[in-house]
Amino acid sequence: MTGDVAALIEAAGDGIDFDGLVVEDTAYGYRFETPEVSKRGIDTSELAALADGDPYVANWRYWAETVGGRGTARRAFLRWLEGADAAGTDDAESGDDTEGDSDAGRGDGAQRGDTDGDEGGDDATVDARERLAALRDGGRARTWGELRIRVRLADAGGERVYDVRHRDDAAADPRDLDAFRDPGAAHDLVKYDDRGRYRPLSTAPSLPHGWQFVELDGDALVDTVDFVYPATVANWHREREGALDVTHWRETAARQTGIYGLVSDLPTEALTWAAEACCVDSQCLKRREWDHDAGTELDVPRGDGEFPCREPCSLFVAAAREFTKLEGEPEDTHEVTLSESEVEGLGDLVDAVAEDRVDEVREADLDDGANRYRVRYLRAKRGRDLGIDS
Amino acid sequence: MQALVIAAHGSHLNPGSSEPTFAHAETIRATGAFDEVREAFWKEEPSFREVLRTLESDEVYVVPLFVSEGYFTERVIPRELRLEGWNVSDWESDGTDADHATLSAADVEKTVHYCGPVGTHDAMGDVIVERARSITEDRDLADFGLAVVGHGTERNENSAKAIHYHADRLRRSGLFAEVRAVFMDEEPEVDDVATLFETDDVVVVPLFVADGFHTREDIPEDLGLTDDYRRGYDVPTAVDGVRIWYAGAVGTEPLVADVVLERAADAGADVADAIAAVRERTRSGPEATTGTATGRSR
Repeated sequence: MTGDVAALIEAAGDGIDFDGLVVEDTAYGYRFETPEVSKRGIDTSELAALADGDPYVANWRYWAETVGGRGTARRAFLRWLEGADAAGTDDAESGDDTEGDSDAGRGDGAQRGDTDGDEGGDDATVDARERLAALRDGGRARTWGELRIRVRLADAGGERVYDVRHRDDAAADPRDLDAFRDPGAAHDLVKYDDRGRYRPLSTAPSLPHGWQFVELDGDALVDTVDFVYPATVANWHREREGALDVTHWRETAARQTGIYGLVSDLPTEALTWAAEACCVDSQCLKRREWDHDAGTELDVPRGDGEFPCREPCSLFVAAAREFTKLEGEPEDTHEVTLSESEVEGLGDLVDAVAEDRVDEVREADLDDGANRYRVRYLRAKRGRDLGIDS
Repeated sequence: MQALVIAAHGSHLNPGSSEPTFAHAETIRATGAFDEVREAFWKEEPSFREVLRTLESDEVYVVPLFVSEGYFTERVIPRELRLEGWNVSDWESDGTDADHATLSAADVEKTVHYCGPVGTHDAMGDVIVERARSITEDRDLADFGLAVVGHGTERNENSAKAIHYHADRLRRSGLFAEVRAVFMDEEPEVDDVATLFETDDVVVVPLFVADGFHTREDIPEDLGLTDDYRRGYDVPTAVDGVRIWYAGAVGTEPLVADVVLERAADAGADVADAIAAVRERTRSGPEATTGTATGRSR
């Protein structure tokens, strides 16, 4: 008797209804049903024969024993990855074609709740059959921030293997990517962007390319995601359960002490500018759920990210400290004489820095207001008027 | 299930700040003593605010990777972890002997054992010795002076207390010919190390958690090892006829993982095997040490 069969017989007493597999121990013998088989009134040896090597039994055992952890964020995330969190969610894909990536935005799943494969009915049965077939045939992939996570069935049985890489590298030849198997390697890997700059904000859309985590088990996969995007799985899960504890700016600011104590003085209008500067999708992949307070929304796009931002982060608080000091300064009128083109050039320059495209401005493209020669020319000509010393 | 959280400052600007935290966490993870080991930061992620919810364990040991008791260990970390009913008197500390407090946190259903910082644990003395041994390549330390460097009182009164505490214990241990506490911004100053000691050789060990501009730039220049840290310096470097062996931040020493475990063990975590394994792996010389020489006081 295989381990799967022994475990199944032990669990049959309490009844099983999971991902298309139904097993009951009735007064008339066992009932055993899968999308392919339906038997009632069978004895233990018949049950064992049916269960031995059955993919639905192996699948049940993977979730019951290998993953376990009912009600945990880890389990919910692994279910979500393979579209098993609700009937009818079809985000399957085959092979390395990511066209079908499900990249559902906010609210996905929140209304559905976490059915965790226990719902019966024809939809769930069809879903389980298609889902397992897809996992055997190349696997399924989903994106999480800039990560692309693929799950597939291991050689035989219900065990899964997970691979992770940058979503932009979805179609890359695996031989071109550095391979890792230890989740602990992730924090070093994502510490710097492709240009070698330190990434103080894990959810900034600047994940480096060129690596892959291969053949991870479920625990290692969640650990890897936790290193790359800390706490995103936990907060996503809370949101799906309707239990996300949002802390709005006013409360966060009031809690600050020491050098951050002053951030409570940031005017609401300036808070809006700060959120526009720091929290939109081009800067952070979290979806902003906090506002000034529960009754005062900020008129700034919240973002389309999969995982929520439940509170202003430490980087935002540190930025707010600088903005608060700026807002506290008296304004004055400064007179600077500039041509229309010079004003436009300054606009280009501000824009280039704000959009992080300074490095893209070509050396000899003097039409661009952010061109280095052009800016140096402006400094040579107007530097003193603009308060530049050098 | 039991989890360990190593709570550290981290940095928005210095990528090296969190490296010791990750390294010590990895060492402890490898022992398997905890079901989960997590790093948490004031300036990086996961934040103190959100780390507890990332754990499945219902028993959590939080060990601050900070040098001294003070603003961060007494106010910031408990507040951000949402430890209910926290009062600094729970530690019954005079500034250097915080032990642990058992509390609950408002946003999770877990028991949180909030431990005193790594820097003031007695076992940190062993780490200082280990650091001195490795930088001197196992020479006989009985001929050496030891300078334990702290930031000083301008930032935090307990910071100086922690330095004096370890210097006093190490002096009593008799492992060094001479032991002194020196500071960056109060007397006796790190600038005067070469003239403060009678010995021909002095090991200088900064009690800092990570290498940053203080330990990489300020202290080497203050010691007179170099006029410009960018040009580097030798170990040892002769300054006014005294050979200075500069060790860099003690927090990067692998044996710090042992101190983290000791903190958790003091709070009731079952980690005796892990402590033995970590000592085996991270200690270069024979079992030292200040503990056996002076007797552990707690």
